Amino acid sequence: MQENPALPKPDSLSGGCATCPANRHLARLGVNVDNWDYVVALAGNPNTGKSTVFNALTGLRQHTGNWPGKTVARAEGGFQFGDSRFKLVDLPGTYSLLASSVDEEIARDFILFGAPDVTVIVADATRLERNLNLALQILEITDRVVICLNLMDEAQRHHLTVDDRRLARDLGVPVVPTTARRSEGIPALLQAVHDVATGAVQTRPHRLKTTHNPALDDALARLTQQVEAAFPGLPNARWVALRLLDGDAAIEQAVRDGSLGDLSRGERPPAPDERLRVAEVSA
Amino acid sequence: MSAQSAAPIDVLSAARDLRAGLGEDLHDHLSEALYTDAARLADRAVTRPDGRPRFDLDRTLDRLLTSRVWGFPIMAALFTLVFWFTIAGANVPSSMLANLLLDTVHPALKSGAASLGFPWWLSGVLIDGAYLSMAWVVAVMLPPMAIFFPLFTLLEDFGYLPRVAFNLDRLFSRAGAHGKQSLSMMMGFGCNAAGVVATRVIDSPRERLIAIITNNFAICNGRWPTLIMVATLFIGTAVPAALAGVISALAVVGIAVLGVGLTFVVSWALSRTILKGEASVFSLELPPYRPPRVLQTLYTSVIDRTLIVLWRAVTMSIPAGVVIWTISNITIGDASLAEHLVSGINPFGLLLGLNGVILLAYIVAIPANEIIIPTILMLTVLTAGLSGVGEGAGVMFELDSDNAIREILQAGGWTTLTAVNLMLFSLIHNPCSTTILTIYNETKSVKWTAVAALLPLGLGFLVTLTTATIARALGLV
Amino acid sequence: MTEHTGLSDTSSAPATLADLPVGQAGVVVALDLRGAERRRLLDLGLVPGTVVVAEMRSPLGDPVAYRVRGASVALRRDQARQITIADPEHKAPDHTAPDIEAT
Repeated sequence: MQENPALPKPDSLSGGCATCPANRHLARLGVNVDNWDYVVALAGNPNTGKSTVFNALTGLRQHTGNWPGKTVARAEGGFQFGDSRFKLVDLPGTYSLLASSVDEEIARDFILFGAPDVTVIVADATRLERNLNLALQILEITDRVVICLNLMDEAQRHHLTVDDRRLARDLGVPVVPTTARRSEGIPALLQAVHDVATGAVQTRPHRLKTTHNPALDDALARLTQQVEAAFPGLPNARWVALRLLDGDAAIEQAVRDGSLGDLSRGERPPAPDERLRVAEVSA
Repeated sequence: MSAQSAAPIDVLSAARDLRAGLGEDLHDHLSEALYTDAARLADRAVTRPDGRPRFDLDRTLDRLLTSRVWGFPIMAALFTLVFWFTIAGANVPSSMLANLLLDTVHPALKSGAASLGFPWWLSGVLIDGAYLSMAWVVAVMLPPMAIFFPLFTLLEDFGYLPRVAFNLDRLFSRAGAHGKQSLSMMMGFGCNAAGVVATRVIDSPRERLIAIITNNFAICNGRWPTLIMVATLFIGTAVPAALAGVISALAVVGIAVLGVGLTFVVSWALSRTILKGEASVFSLELPPYRPPRVLQTLYTSVIDRTLIVLWRAVTMSIPAGVVIWTISNITIGDASLAEHLVSGINPFGLLLGLNGVILLAYIVAIPANEIIIPTILMLTVLTAGLSGVGEGAGVMFELDSDNAIREILQAGGWTTLTAVNLMLFSLIHNPCSTTILTIYNETKSVKWTAVAALLPLGLGFLVTLTTATIARALGLV
Repeated sequence: MTEHTGLSDTSSAPATLADLPVGQAGVVVALDLRGAERRRLLDLGLVPGTVVVAEMRSPLGDPVAYRVRGASVALRRDQARQITIADPEHKAPDHTAPDIEAT
């Protein structure tokens, strides 16, 4: 079992581990002590106030700057809602999951292989078109998604009105408007995350129907069939087929070594960093 | 038709065949499809009020801040303001802290220890060594950082910093680097450890390394006192009194500018040699301006940056203080260990136009540049055998009177060349240990951390050696 | 660099993004880049058919900030030179017209 070098280890000064005894325990002992009921991933474009949302959910104070591409190596935190404990993992801000920069690999790997119970996508209400590009890609990978429509105060300042209900209907997932830096909308966000995690809300994610290119559509359909045949029950066969057509090495490897099979069997494979820790223990 | 359960290998070969038939356009089509969908959905959800101009203030501001006429002057003015606020604003708090921690608490601790019957060496190591060093670092480091970081962070929150990178990018691209390096460089003027962390905004690993390795040429807060003092005492006194103030100030500014120049030259050299690689994809997004939340920013920047860096520095300075006190008080033969070390290194030091005291001070004060001056003074008194000055062996100190300091140093053999080379060496030497540790944390590479630590040091030796040789050759010394 | 007054000149070389004067709009026709560069630009929204506006130029001449799909992206000249563009046809404002903030 190889160590995944793309995944940085949790930063001990990030605050998340410092305030969360279970996490500290987890990280230090290298043992998969799962004290959490659900794992939530936090994704989104750079510069959408994702860190502010992270802080608002976990109650921490971290600096947020108005600077695209600034990423904390990996921040983890936790929160409780109702009777459930949620572990929150902050993914690097990325524009897309298609290209192969390290940030995008980290985000993609976590969402696909880490199979979080919920993926929260933080979107900038003032630049929705750009942000939806990533959201649509994530919706191809997982259907347990909540869109956090952040920076609503900025939208208001620029006289933009965003119809979150319509967006929710079109996307098929909950859309929660927030202004994280004023902690507005956070309770509703927590509720939505809880509902999706527990299955109280069933999502019907919008998926790309066509690429407007017949040759590609055809190839995609055929390969998807093959993927489904090889890995029955795989929830995102079409996306996997897409990545294979694109020559994605990591996905090819997952096909080869069968880890995609874990996903289709409905087992949650250990999150990549947990795989590392399990390897340490057994070594 | 595919079988009920196909083998994975079939999937892979099917993918390969289909991919061959599609050519290279897949990514294009996919991106286009995604964006078309995204645009349609966004269009349905977002309403723009008709006739009202949007983002108008943003556009005007942008045009101003990046204009050919006003862009650079505004940039220069803003950063001068930030530095001025930092230096001027930190003065009073620093001396207050010094008064408290050094002039009040320190003697109190000593007499407390005495009344508790501490042996001299225990009280020495703990109070004169560990505590004093830590107190010094806090008094010198904390006030400027508590001002610089929040100011810088406010600019960052507001959205101005990407525009700075935008304005300066051309200079950096000529040096094979990225415009965002200007930001980690600016941050480095506050603290190099924070500057290294700030390189995270640079996506490309190659360009990020260039920014990390050259960050030390930005003169951090901890080195300003050394430069200012040396310039005032030796450069300013070498010119007519009326010009003294201006010339010393210019000398310090000159060193800072030299640092900036070195950043470009070394960046250029690195990208032609050990960091030669394909040019990475340039990307720089200019986000909308956002009104910063002043109080929140002050709070988080204090917690986030100031306290964390301070904590690391404190933990580093304590062992340094212990070492300094110990080497000055362990006697081997007829002199302290420190004196032996100094005389051992002295020939090399003189070759560089410095001396043994300075080099030893830089070795033991690797944890923090702030304690260089007090350590130098203490070691000079120790090795020169001056009596009636200082506070004892191993006890760092400073004096209020500039003349008194200069007398001590001259008794230690200082000349103008020593002063000039010290200023140069202060600019071009290895990063402090906090920064080295931070570099390792950020790069996770022993190799590059070593390069980042040793390259400036080697360059510093080279520069001082050259200056000293030239000065001697010209008969100036 | 010569300033073109518009994109309607009939020179043999197609106009590139680098030729787009500040304040003018163009439609992306093709990206003459490969690999990671191409993917990054596609991810940013510079897909064929997108309307881009050159917004401002750095005081040192390079890079230039372009408005793409509601966001402002700076590109260096050697990148812009490899993106061919055409005159946007005059049509009713749609979602890709960047001067109307669709997002």
